[in-house]
Amino acid sequence: MMRLLASVAGALLLALVQAAPSSAMTIEKVVSPKGITFWLVREKAVPLVALNYAFKGGATQDPVGKGGTANLVGDTLDEGAGDLDSKAFHDRLERHAIELSFGASRDEFRGSLRVLNEHRDEAFELLRVALAEPRFEPSAVERVRAQELAGLRRETTNPNSIAGRLWWQTAFPGHPYGLETKGSLETVPTITPADLREFTKRVFARNGLTVSIVGDIDDKTAGDLIDKAFGGLPATNDLKPVADVKPQGLGRRIVAELNVPQAVVTFGGEGVARNDKDFMAAYIVNHILGGGTFSSRLYKEVREKRGLAYGVSESLAWFDHTALIIGGTATRADRTAEALSIIEAETKKMAAEGPTADELTAAKDYLKGAYALSLDTSSKIAAQLTQIQLDKLGIDYIQRRGAMIDAVTLDDAKRVAKRLYGNGMLVTVAGRPKGLASSTQ
Amino acid sequence: MKLTSIAEWTGAAALAVALTLSLSAARAAGPAIADFKLDNGLELVVIPDHRAPVVTHMIWYKVGAADETPGKSGLAHFLEHLMFKGTAKHPAGQFSQVVARMGGQENAFTSNDYTGYYQRVPSEKLKEVMGFEADRMTGLVLTDAVVLPERDVILEERNQRMENNPRARLGEQIDAALFLNSPYGRPVIGWRHEMEGLTKDDAIGFYRRFYGPNNAVVVVAGDVEPQQALAFAKATYGAVKPRADIAPRERPQEPPPAAVRSLTLADPRVEQPVLQRAYLVPSFHTAKAGESEALEVLAHILGAGSNSRLYRALVVDKHVATSAGAYYDSSAYDMSKFGVYGAPGEGVGLPELEKDIDAVIAEVIDKGVTADELERSKARLVADAIYAQDNQATMARWYGQTLMTGGTVADVQSWPQRIHAVTAEQVKDAARHWLEKIRSVTGYLVKDTRPPVNKAERAPAGTPATAEKKS
Repeated sequence: MMRLLASVAGALLLALVQAAPSSAMTIEKVVSPKGITFWLVREKAVPLVALNYAFKGGATQDPVGKGGTANLVGDTLDEGAGDLDSKAFHDRLERHAIELSFGASRDEFRGSLRVLNEHRDEAFELLRVALAEPRFEPSAVERVRAQELAGLRRETTNPNSIAGRLWWQTAFPGHPYGLETKGSLETVPTITPADLREFTKRVFARNGLTVSIVGDIDDKTAGDLIDKAFGGLPATNDLKPVADVKPQGLGRRIVAELNVPQAVVTFGGEGVARNDKDFMAAYIVNHILGGGTFSSRLYKEVREKRGLAYGVSESLAWFDHTALIIGGTATRADRTAEALSIIEAETKKMAAEGPTADELTAAKDYLKGAYALSLDTSSKIAAQLTQIQLDKLGIDYIQRRGAMIDAVTLDDAKRVAKRLYGNGMLVTVAGRPKGLASSTQ
Repeated sequence: MKLTSIAEWTGAAALAVALTLSLSAARAAGPAIADFKLDNGLELVVIPDHRAPVVTHMIWYKVGAADETPGKSGLAHFLEHLMFKGTAKHPAGQFSQVVARMGGQENAFTSNDYTGYYQRVPSEKLKEVMGFEADRMTGLVLTDAVVLPERDVILEERNQRMENNPRARLGEQIDAALFLNSPYGRPVIGWRHEMEGLTKDDAIGFYRRFYGPNNAVVVVAGDVEPQQALAFAKATYGAVKPRADIAPRERPQEPPPAAVRSLTLADPRVEQPVLQRAYLVPSFHTAKAGESEALEVLAHILGAGSNSRLYRALVVDKHVATSAGAYYDSSAYDMSKFGVYGAPGEGVGLPELEKDIDAVIAEVIDKGVTADELERSKARLVADAIYAQDNQATMARWYGQTLMTGGTVADVQSWPQRIHAVTAEQVKDAARHWLEKIRSVTGYLVKDTRPPVNKAERAPAGTPATAEKKS
């Protein structure tokens, strides 16, 4: 997957780039009879289809003061639609082993569907009614709301959630990105079924739709099924504008006191936009400093040499209106200060000197080769195609990607390292780190 | 042949039903699997999948936390971490660097019954990673310089998984109370006070007892032909001498349960109380024919998803819980667990919730399950076997786990057929026989409202089914 929902240091929405060219995979761009453009990969090995799609407009479209609306829509869409109440709807899903999921990210409302060939008509019909005729019955909404609130209450004492929330609200004060996608204990109780319905009417429209489908299916059948699911939706959405924004508070450290044996740290700063000419260089440099393998600098220094943490990593994350580097770790309280000073020192060193030529070569090899691993199941391929479309990278991106990585020079990497790591980080900590207090600069 | 709709069985004639069952099950049984044994005792399973030019290569050792000497809890998992510290031939970090240069991914995992290592790499690199893995099967070299920082890492892992997570701590306590004699009562990650004392010599001793070709299974899933994989395995693993003295897996067994047990874990961070219960039940390996499959269907009907008995009764109809469900783990070498759980809604006490859970279970024991529930659940479970074929790593894990816990390749392949064969009577019998309260431990997670005491005096705990090297 190119972009995944990860929970590093709490409910961070991370966008990770991975990549890997699949050998003979052919992507077709198809237009359905009703005019919906989608990407298709035919794969006959297993008798199933995997659909992945996104509507522009996620949690940023929550009504003011009603944070968590998009998220609650996602968790309530399968609770009854059209003639089917919640029980009947779930009964159809289970009986036909249909996997239907919905979820909100900051910028998009996303969904996926996986079904065996024999039940795909039924599956796309259920998707159609879920999107077009959700019931949002009060009893179902209250039940799901109670689950959300129970989760939010648990988060109030969870160090990962605390450090993560603190980071986002400090980085983006007064902006929708500063709010958690799932809302808060204050906002979730205020959301009404009418709010949920209103959200679907504003967001679920054909002009904001991106669709990918992978599986044992031809273009004609896929087009008809996609028309069935999405063809009846309004032509245009009604989104409120969202301002471009940069993360605030770089250089600050904020400690939230919590009685846990291990302190959880979130750190991050300004990243690089997906369409920036420096993106690929940033992607490589980030991988060398804190990417998710056993050979990153942070992994070696923090975990392997000193045993300070079980995990430490950072990623590039990009959104429609900002771009970030963001990472996290969890360390014992009496050595949190040491771990943070090492992360800081490594970050500064990377800004000053950049990577070595050997590191650059090794990172390129990894990033080129590993792309295939993100394209080895139907669902992963479908998700990847949706992300490539959202990022506007072009239908030949998978073929071009290797050359784009190879084109990054050591000078590029050094220059971009300075750009990425030269401005300082915002650091939030939840726990009782010894000798470490909040600081402001 | 075209698959007939699984969901339409109920309306079909008896003969058609039988036909549909066998066709669907045949499709669900999956691709042609090859199963070899090398002269040195190593077993090799190959699961071809040519969709992408990658392979998942896994080596599974038949040793886990349940094989640790008492007093050395956490050792199997600690050794798993230390296996990345290099050999005489390949110094520390080299294997990982080579895998990274291939664009590969790697990791490792430990459970009660097995320890596994894997790499996901381009197909043409299979032989090379086999060579590295064969080398560290017997060639590991450890020094205190690498062992001691790694011990700090596993202690941080314990903090992250357990001490920072009240629900995990409750699970750890339930296991400790459920298994009176079996080593399954010890957490895989280890008890902190014992982890702190683990040494290089402990790790090397454990390694020499259990790591060898005749105690291992290699599973390769992906873009490779079986004969090719066999040739690679012979050229690499084939050169490793078998260990003569690997002891049979004869762990202490559980006595018949004699007491209903319950425990309460109070933690100041609990904002949502929870009830978890575990029953001592057979695994696939220890069960009589058909019993484990009936438990799988029972767990599904009782507690999987929004239309399960527990969810409908507690969450939808009575509004006493925000979540409720059940699970069964068939993959254990010795006795296993059947679990039920629920989180009460606001204003509902755990005793009230427990009464409602008990009522749902009593009804299944008393009246059994409906034909509709049975068919729906079986359809869903069998479909999972087809979905699994879309993911080579899932397939490799499924086969590996089965072979590590007393099963065979044929057992994995016959799983859909065996699930199809489960009858309503068997499900009812399983509930009556195994969901006896005397077989269970019920754990209550509540908020600790006492003033804080010195942390060192309160030793916390918790257990995962498996402990992974890296998240």
